[in-house]
Amino acid sequence: MITELEMGKGESELELGLGLSLGGGTAAKIGKSGGGGAWGERGRLLTAKDFPSVGSKRAADSASHAGASPPRSSSQVVGWPPIGSHRMNSLVNNQATKSAREEEEAGKKIVKDDEPKDVTKKVNGKVPVGFIKVNMDGVAIGRKVDLSAHSSYENLSQTLEDMFFRTNPGTIGLTSQFTKPLRLLDGSSEFVLTYEDKEGDWMLVGDVPWRMFITSVKRLRVMKTSEANGLAARNQEPNERQRKQPV
Amino acid sequence: MNYFPDEVIEHVFDFVASHKDRNSISLVCKSWHKIERFSRKNVFIGNCYAINPERLIGRFPCLKSLTLKGKPHFADFNLVPHEWGGFVLPWIEALARSRVGLEELRLKRMVVTDESLELLSRSFANFKSLVLVSCEGFTTDGLASIAANCRQLRELDLQENEIDDHRGQWLNCFPDSCTTLISLNFACLKGETNVAALERLVARSPNLKSLKLNRAVPLDALARLMTCAPQLVDLGVGSYENEPDPESFVKLMTAIEKCISLRSLSGFLEVAPLCLPAFYPICQNLISLNLSYAAEIQGNHLIKLIQLCKRLQRLWILDSIGDKGLAVVAATCKELQELRVFPSDVHGEEDNNAAVTEVGLVAISAGCPKLHSILYFCKQMTNAALIAVAKNCPNFIRFRLCILEPHKPDHITSQSLDEGFGAIVQACKGLRRLSVSGLLTDQVFLYIGMYAEQLEMLSIAFAGDTDKGMLYVLNGCKKMRKLEIRDSPFGNAALLADVGRYETMRSLWMSSCEVTLGGCKRLAQNSPRLNVEIINENENNRMEQNEEDEREKVDKLYLYRTMVGTRKDAPPYVRIL
Repeated sequence: MITELEMGKGESELELGLGLSLGGGTAAKIGKSGGGGAWGERGRLLTAKDFPSVGSKRAADSASHAGASPPRSSSQVVGWPPIGSHRMNSLVNNQATKSAREEEEAGKKIVKDDEPKDVTKKVNGKVPVGFIKVNMDGVAIGRKVDLSAHSSYENLSQTLEDMFFRTNPGTIGLTSQFTKPLRLLDGSSEFVLTYEDKEGDWMLVGDVPWRMFITSVKRLRVMKTSEANGLAARNQEPNERQRKQPV
Repeated sequence: MNYFPDEVIEHVFDFVASHKDRNSISLVCKSWHKIERFSRKNVFIGNCYAINPERLIGRFPCLKSLTLKGKPHFADFNLVPHEWGGFVLPWIEALARSRVGLEELRLKRMVVTDESLELLSRSFANFKSLVLVSCEGFTTDGLASIAANCRQLRELDLQENEIDDHRGQWLNCFPDSCTTLISLNFACLKGETNVAALERLVARSPNLKSLKLNRAVPLDALARLMTCAPQLVDLGVGSYENEPDPESFVKLMTAIEKCISLRSLSGFLEVAPLCLPAFYPICQNLISLNLSYAAEIQGNHLIKLIQLCKRLQRLWILDSIGDKGLAVVAATCKELQELRVFPSDVHGEEDNNAAVTEVGLVAISAGCPKLHSILYFCKQMTNAALIAVAKNCPNFIRFRLCILEPHKPDHITSQSLDEGFGAIVQACKGLRRLSVSGLLTDQVFLYIGMYAEQLEMLSIAFAGDTDKGMLYVLNGCKKMRKLEIRDSPFGNAALLADVGRYETMRSLWMSSCEVTLGGCKRLAQNSPRLNVEIINENENNRMEQNEEDEREKVDKLYLYRTMVGTRKDAPPYVRIL
């Protein structure tokens, strides 16, 4: 199951579906069927309402590590555990392959004729997902983020916000003038999160199911909202999209 | 002064191999300095910014082999931005200009471009050996130049590099006349491999002793390769994924049986464990086994394999081996000298009760008397275990323990691990490298400063309470060369206590500590022979330098001794004070 659907419980407007035509899976609930290319149609951009608030998540983290100063699990600290990135990427591939295989095994036992096949799972197992580069407008240094350490857009957004807008006292955050966390996913802030997919197109993050996203993302960019106009508009077919040159 | 003619002295110097010793003899007198200079063949530069190529060549004009290291160690963990530095091109250009007879180049953590590889391949007629470890910036096109142009090539060893694989035909670029290969390692290449070209290459390389394949080389090709090269000593298996039919399996087993010289096995990048029995016949000869990329070899398959490896001296494994598996290692591998246990699940997603704990570590220390080098990732540790390990193995040269959760205490007593590590440094009088982890106070550093007299490299993360911790180390460990610290509360007082000390060391790294810009500036002021680099990730800060706040903490500090002053190739966000 994709996390977006779970998050959408109770939100009547959120009907993200797997509007994929990859492998001929049936179209999901939402209206327009994805006749054409790989991305088909999808629901609206996830908003902040869909996720637990940033504040409460941080509180939860620090509560569970009371007494220890870094309120993070080992997977969220940059450069920790100290494993070379080459080895880390290989581990990530192995885990993805393993879980994909396990899911395939489990999936074979379930017979559901009208449920859209999640073709992305098979794809996921074979495609290396690991560290990808993230750049932000106005910041000279690019970073890398481990996609497999994340399970949803919210996770990822959280990590990126921490990475680029860190506000620990005394530490130089990458953009120290922002004192409150920005919402990268809902279009309400000065920045939006975009990504370059395998075809070289730049898209807004959040449009596709998470699993599909991680198999197709090549790199990320935190872009100024003003520059993001014209990025793959959601209601267009892929071949109508403007091809935006990556910076 | 010399009682012998220079040629005789030079001949004597030929027997002096280690860099340290050669450096020493060059200090004896002017005459020896001169003789040593001109006879020096191998030069090792631990920090490429400590010296420049022109001065190097000026002093050692006859050098044949050069080793260069670029980025600091923590670059391995993404703590150093990509464009920081460590470019090899200026070195190759200078060597080429001066017509140095370069035969061997070994690089670690440097930026290598296709352009540099092309220049390298064309400039040195006798070039024989290229070893690249943890480098980046090049593609298979660069490899193609090396293959095509280095007529005397014996060794091409690529370890854990980030190589853009253009899926070209670089293997095809080895001319038919190339028959001199001794070592070929391309395990880190991610793309397709022209297996036919590879087979032809191996078939015409009778001296090939070391072959490490990438993922794209399948099982049946492996059988053919091993049949062509029964003289192999060191093999890295590529893909082993599909379970073979019995005929292929038998072919493979027959091929492997003939490789009686095989001593070292690695790879298994994609594995179907049922193929492993094909390797059983040669296990008794193995002295080195690296299964740290083989996540799928677990449980009984792994144990059966290890039980046959009685002569093993070096083992790299994943923590899925578990304490039980380590007990088997302890019972079987009595010759074991080096053990590395890597985590198989870094995100803590799986509730993995089968991973290694302090029990496995103690078992190994008890069973393997020759153990001198260990890297151990685990989720929990106790002081009692470390004390037992220290007692069992006083011969450690390298001891690196990484408890995955920062600040984690002894899981039984909930105390810090000061006493455990203290026991290690006290017992292991020859300890040269140490990495500490878990909950640690200043006390552990008191022990380290007091006992670790031979310590040359120390890695600290999430440890200590006050500046005293760092001071104990700097004051006590006289042989310290590399000190790297992250996320620990050491500040200006420790940094500035003995500035002259840093000229006796190669480098110091401090990130997410308490040192401030003001402190770093003061450090840099009186130290012309140190480069003090601040990696400043906030671009806006750069532009407001007039109003900069000296009390602001520095995110990353990297300082190193140098004879050539400030480097000119630093990117804008690196500020050299």
